[in-house]
Amino acid sequence: MAGAGAYGRKSAHSQPNCSKSGLGPGPGPDQPIITCRLLRSLFTPLIQTLRGPILSSSSTSPLIQRRVERPRSTRSLPSVYMKFTCLSKGGNFYFPPCHIITVSGFRILLDCPLDLSSLMIFSPIPTHAFSNPELPSPDSVDQKRQKHERPIDSSELIRAQPWFKTVTSLHLWNVPFIDVVLISSPMGMLGLPFLSRVNGFRAKIYVTEVTARIGQLLMEDLVLMNKEFRQFYGCEESGLPQWMNWEKLESLPSLFREIVLGEDGVELGGWMPLYSADDVKGCMQKVHTLKYAQEVCYNGTLIIKAVSSGLEIGTCNWTINGPKRNIACLSSSIFNSSHAMNFDYHALRGNDLIIYSDLSSPVLEDVKDNSCYSAPTSQKSSTLSADNDQEASAELLLSTSESLEEMEKLNFICSCIIDSVKAGGSVLIPIGRLGIILQLLELISLSLEASSLKVPIFIISSVAEELLAFTNIIPEWLCKQRQEKLFSGEPFFAHTQLIKEKKLHVFPAVHSPNLLKIWQEPCIAFSPHWSLRLGPVVHLLRRWSGDENSLLIMEEGVDADLALLPFKPMAMKVLQCSFLSGIKLQKVQPLLKILQPKFVLFPEDLRQLVSYSDTNSHAFFYYCENETLPVPSLKNSSELEIAADLVSLIHCRRLTAESIGIGRLKGDFSVTHGKHQLHSGSEQADSSQSRPPLLHWGSLDLERLLAVLEKMGIRGSVEQGNSDTDSENARVVHVYEPNKALIEVRENSTIISASNESLSSLIFEAVDGILSGL
Amino acid sequence: MAIECLVLGAGQEVGKSCAVVTINGKRIMFDCGMHMGYLDHRRFPDFSLISKSADFNTAIDCIVITHFHLDHVGALPYFTEVCGYSGPIYMTYPTKALSPLMLEDYRKVMVDRRGEQELFSNDDIMKCMKKVIAVDLKQTVQVDKDLQIRAYYAGHVLGAAMFYAKVGDAAMVYTGDYNMTPDRHLGAAQIDRLQLDLLITESTYATTVRDSKYAREREFLKAVHKCVADGGKVLIPTFALGRAQELCILLDNYWERMNLKVPIYFSAGLTIQANMYYKMLISWTNQRVKETYATHNAFDFKNVRSFDRSLINAPGPCVLFATPGMISGGFSLEVFKLWAPSEMNLVTLPGYCLAGTIGHKLTTGKPTKIDLDKDIQISVRCQIHQLSFSPHTDAKGIMDLVKFLSPKHVILVHGEKPKMASLKGKIESDLGIQCYYPANNDTVCIPSTCWLKADTSKTFIRSSLNPNFKFVKTISEDKSNLVSKETEATSVLQVHDERVAEGILIVEKSKKAKVVHQNELLLMIGKDKHDVQFAYCCPVQIGNLERTKGMDFALSKNVVSTSDECSWLHLLFAKLATKLGGNIQDFGQHLQVDSIHISVCLKDICPYRTTDGPQKEPAVFFCCTWSVADVNLAWEIISIMENLDLSII
Repeated sequence: MAGAGAYGRKSAHSQPNCSKSGLGPGPGPDQPIITCRLLRSLFTPLIQTLRGPILSSSSTSPLIQRRVERPRSTRSLPSVYMKFTCLSKGGNFYFPPCHIITVSGFRILLDCPLDLSSLMIFSPIPTHAFSNPELPSPDSVDQKRQKHERPIDSSELIRAQPWFKTVTSLHLWNVPFIDVVLISSPMGMLGLPFLSRVNGFRAKIYVTEVTARIGQLLMEDLVLMNKEFRQFYGCEESGLPQWMNWEKLESLPSLFREIVLGEDGVELGGWMPLYSADDVKGCMQKVHTLKYAQEVCYNGTLIIKAVSSGLEIGTCNWTINGPKRNIACLSSSIFNSSHAMNFDYHALRGNDLIIYSDLSSPVLEDVKDNSCYSAPTSQKSSTLSADNDQEASAELLLSTSESLEEMEKLNFICSCIIDSVKAGGSVLIPIGRLGIILQLLELISLSLEASSLKVPIFIISSVAEELLAFTNIIPEWLCKQRQEKLFSGEPFFAHTQLIKEKKLHVFPAVHSPNLLKIWQEPCIAFSPHWSLRLGPVVHLLRRWSGDENSLLIMEEGVDADLALLPFKPMAMKVLQCSFLSGIKLQKVQPLLKILQPKFVLFPEDLRQLVSYSDTNSHAFFYYCENETLPVPSLKNSSELEIAADLVSLIHCRRLTAESIGIGRLKGDFSVTHGKHQLHSGSEQADSSQSRPPLLHWGSLDLERLLAVLEKMGIRGSVEQGNSDTDSENARVVHVYEPNKALIEVRENSTIISASNESLSSLIFEAVDGILSGL
Repeated sequence: MAIECLVLGAGQEVGKSCAVVTINGKRIMFDCGMHMGYLDHRRFPDFSLISKSADFNTAIDCIVITHFHLDHVGALPYFTEVCGYSGPIYMTYPTKALSPLMLEDYRKVMVDRRGEQELFSNDDIMKCMKKVIAVDLKQTVQVDKDLQIRAYYAGHVLGAAMFYAKVGDAAMVYTGDYNMTPDRHLGAAQIDRLQLDLLITESTYATTVRDSKYAREREFLKAVHKCVADGGKVLIPTFALGRAQELCILLDNYWERMNLKVPIYFSAGLTIQANMYYKMLISWTNQRVKETYATHNAFDFKNVRSFDRSLINAPGPCVLFATPGMISGGFSLEVFKLWAPSEMNLVTLPGYCLAGTIGHKLTTGKPTKIDLDKDIQISVRCQIHQLSFSPHTDAKGIMDLVKFLSPKHVILVHGEKPKMASLKGKIESDLGIQCYYPANNDTVCIPSTCWLKADTSKTFIRSSLNPNFKFVKTISEDKSNLVSKETEATSVLQVHDERVAEGILIVEKSKKAKVVHQNELLLMIGKDKHDVQFAYCCPVQIGNLERTKGMDFALSKNVVSTSDECSWLHLLFAKLATKLGGNIQDFGQHLQVDSIHISVCLKDICPYRTTDGPQKEPAVFFCCTWSVADVNLAWEIISIMENLDLSII
């Protein structure tokens, strides 16, 4: 267990959360590659043996076994209920959750990610040194494997142009019926071109300006990196690729099979060949970009707003305000960021419903010690007033311990990097987090300077130049400390200066002509992609994997065993590190306390980990993947706003018995900005004159009617209802002066029949005077 | 409810913009500028009118600054640090970044050059700016529970914004200075269609309509090119921010295009530093400039370098941007003294020059000599070129904005009185919107929107949203088809959807008002409905029955038999349909128009048959009933029916 646990959290001087180990030359089973603090907790399904049913017969299509039924048109459902379906819990930072909700009759998709970790079942492009046509074909290996599960051999990786795994359940939904797509991070955007290119796609896509830009760059980079495969394997065959044949799938190692088919064996339908550059372009044209806290009104009904989540630059949480409810969609958020604008949780207050969708749970392993988190405030003496309680919660939320811990981690990484370059090794950093890259650049350059080392830093990526330039023109999206730099006229990030001083070199590709001119080792290289299957990183890793002084920095939550498979045997050191990717579990309850929602939609997976004291007023609904939850609303009636000038026109009638006033209201109805409004309409002129009441109640007293008629100069006589008429109790008034007319009075109705219009209206006036009406 | 607008500055003048608006109890100060034309107490707005006790923190809920020009931000450090206001202040990111530069520059000029007593120190500026909350465009800022503000792009200068403010149901926009046409580096003003009670707009060019700027730009470039080609030096006195960058983009592009190598200099560090800010804030410029950020930031001027004092007398042509503008002193005056006597040189004056400055003297006459003070006189032989670029909107732009926003009231500020009066007339006559242009320290009071809030039932909302289709068949002859000799009579069905929301408002003591649909009322108040209906049994002539082919009626009774009922009804339908249009419907047993119900009456004695005596003509009786809503239409139909003869087809 080389180095394992040496930096364990429990050690006396609490070293940061990283662990390092040298990689043995052979893939022996007793040689664990890496021991890390967070043991791939989010990937547990992947490393466990298959639990779900394995499809053994090739005739069974995986798409038949479904847990979700195709949703019926929700427009027919009572709008009091909101419906929520979790399509995917996601995996890690790079694969955020994906949900769909139906609110006020509109269907809203939250994020559209790609599961890029599944790329690891493919082999990277073989180099000439590496590609060996004599390698045993997967079929022959297969026989051995099925008998006794042994470590997977790199030859078992699928040698084909990779396909990409989308959120499978999303394909069960009718794309043209999606009304709105809300994207919360660049990672949540990577699957969007698959959706937007569907015929009939008409949803409005809302994305923050910065997420849109970064997301676009990431997608373009992905397309470009994927092109390398196309050049290698040639044009893609039409139809399903070979590896998707059932025979081939069955012969895959169980781990691969689970990645391909999913836990329940139904996910094969989610695999797609990557979109094209044109798809990306088309997708971006359909995107509506927003600023933080910019309100946008969808269809006059929903007010949609993005507020910063602190996870990365431009990432956001969404609030949706409809006439019946206010919803906050809480994605992975970081309270104190050292690059992006902080998590703006105050803006989420006052929402009835919180969709808690931060599944990053960065402290799962702590659970072992504490079994669960109860509210720290509830343990305090109950004499604390609510105000104090809130303050205490806020204090806890904003404590900088997390960011200090993160800083410590980065410093530790830096020290490892310096050690490596001092020993003459190069350092390879394929991490895909923009914020981490920007901070590492600053720290590394400082460390290099401090130890007066002249080691060049390279960033090799087709989009790096633009991405770096972009980060220096978006002060509005950065954390307070960086914003201060704007006001003192300095660049927000150090890389501008580093490039100027020629300490940092940015190249679009490994074969860039200028790169070869200045290339020098040891060096520090940042390069995508973190899956170690695509992009310049593959070439660099092959180059350095045999050098025991070199260092590879990887992220936890990535299956390192699998990721490094094609590069074995490896002499290179590997440092695996976890970074804060969301709300820590102990902060969940204090946060909810401050937000005070009435309902919380909470992931079932985290249910056991967060306990709630019964003082909380919010009701919890727990959700699982692919289950639709109806969420009731508290409001039964909606609010109507009536223009003041319209109100002044109302002829109010007071009901004598009760202290109730009633009046008729007529106007132009509109739904704007989520509000029902009644304006004074075009028909103002005639509504200002008093109109005859249209609705009557009460009973008609004949004696009074005759008296009133008499006053009007109308004479008549009462005739008791005779047996001829169909209704027994009808009493009839025959009017003979000034003209013939007839009034037929029953308990609940009156019929006026007169020979001319004026007499008829006079009689009506008399009747109206006696009845109550409006 | 009312909105109260107290104009503390820029009322019927240009300078020291400051308007204090009270909306539903919330008080907002828009801009806090200083007047550059005065040196006494008149340079600042009269803050004592806001609060006699000088307790500004309770008197004002927030301050909003639209852009970094001194006539909009100049009095802010004084107000916060000297008057003691410590509440929230909002401005856009560029304004927050660039305002301290402007303020410090001004303070230096005041103290160091003119030797005046300073009104606020550098420290005051820094402390003041620390209190500022920076906002992004379109970001909705909740100042407190009730007050909401939002910034919109205004063009004019980098970071200039129009501000929207809303308290309860009342809303307004204060434009600050804005430009409705894009220029070299900025975009045009942009705002949402908002429901506004009040719009406070600038009116610098209340009566001017400007032509395209491109001609003037060409002229400027030609003049500069000619001068440097002849070996002359070009002096462009300008303030550090705004115009300098705009002209620099223009020149830098031109140099690139014409492959010129003549150096362009920026005088002091200030402009170089300002360029740094512009580079970082490039996303606040126009689309074209913005897109350059990745490859080559447009504010990374290729041909521009910083100027050294020793270069003043260096031989050879050059272009120099020198601060301050208007040649009011400082470095630009120093250079002017040395370069003015040579006729090879050119002085280009961009923008407006205040009276009293050398810039003003140069543009108003063609002086050959200028007296600097009693002892020093400069002979002016160089060429003078005036550049009338202005980042303000013109009259057409103001009218466009007012028309677009269609507020209930308009207040004009930041302009000259006679021109404002003429614009006011135009707004009132052309757009029918009430308009005011108060003088300084005047208050304008206008009523504001107020909505009555009521709970409403689902039935009411559904009925209001239900389409209310009216079908009108119009028969139009296609006249264009006459050539083909076939006059095609095409019947066009017009569909109108006139939705009218009708409901009943119920107000009960100590309860929120409720709006329900008519059908729900009786249930709510616990009463039984009493149906009031009208009835009339109407005879319709059927003429001589022999003429009606195929119909054998029992003449003696004057009424028709059951079997013929439908055909009579159908005949009537055909007749009425032609007279009434598409609204009438045939249900087989009866006809219906809204609540009017018409069916054939088969009774010998119908109680609703009021006509006396025997029928002279053979007739069919139709029983009509209707409710009060359709009284007029019913009588109209009856009169049609009584004059009909069903036998005439």
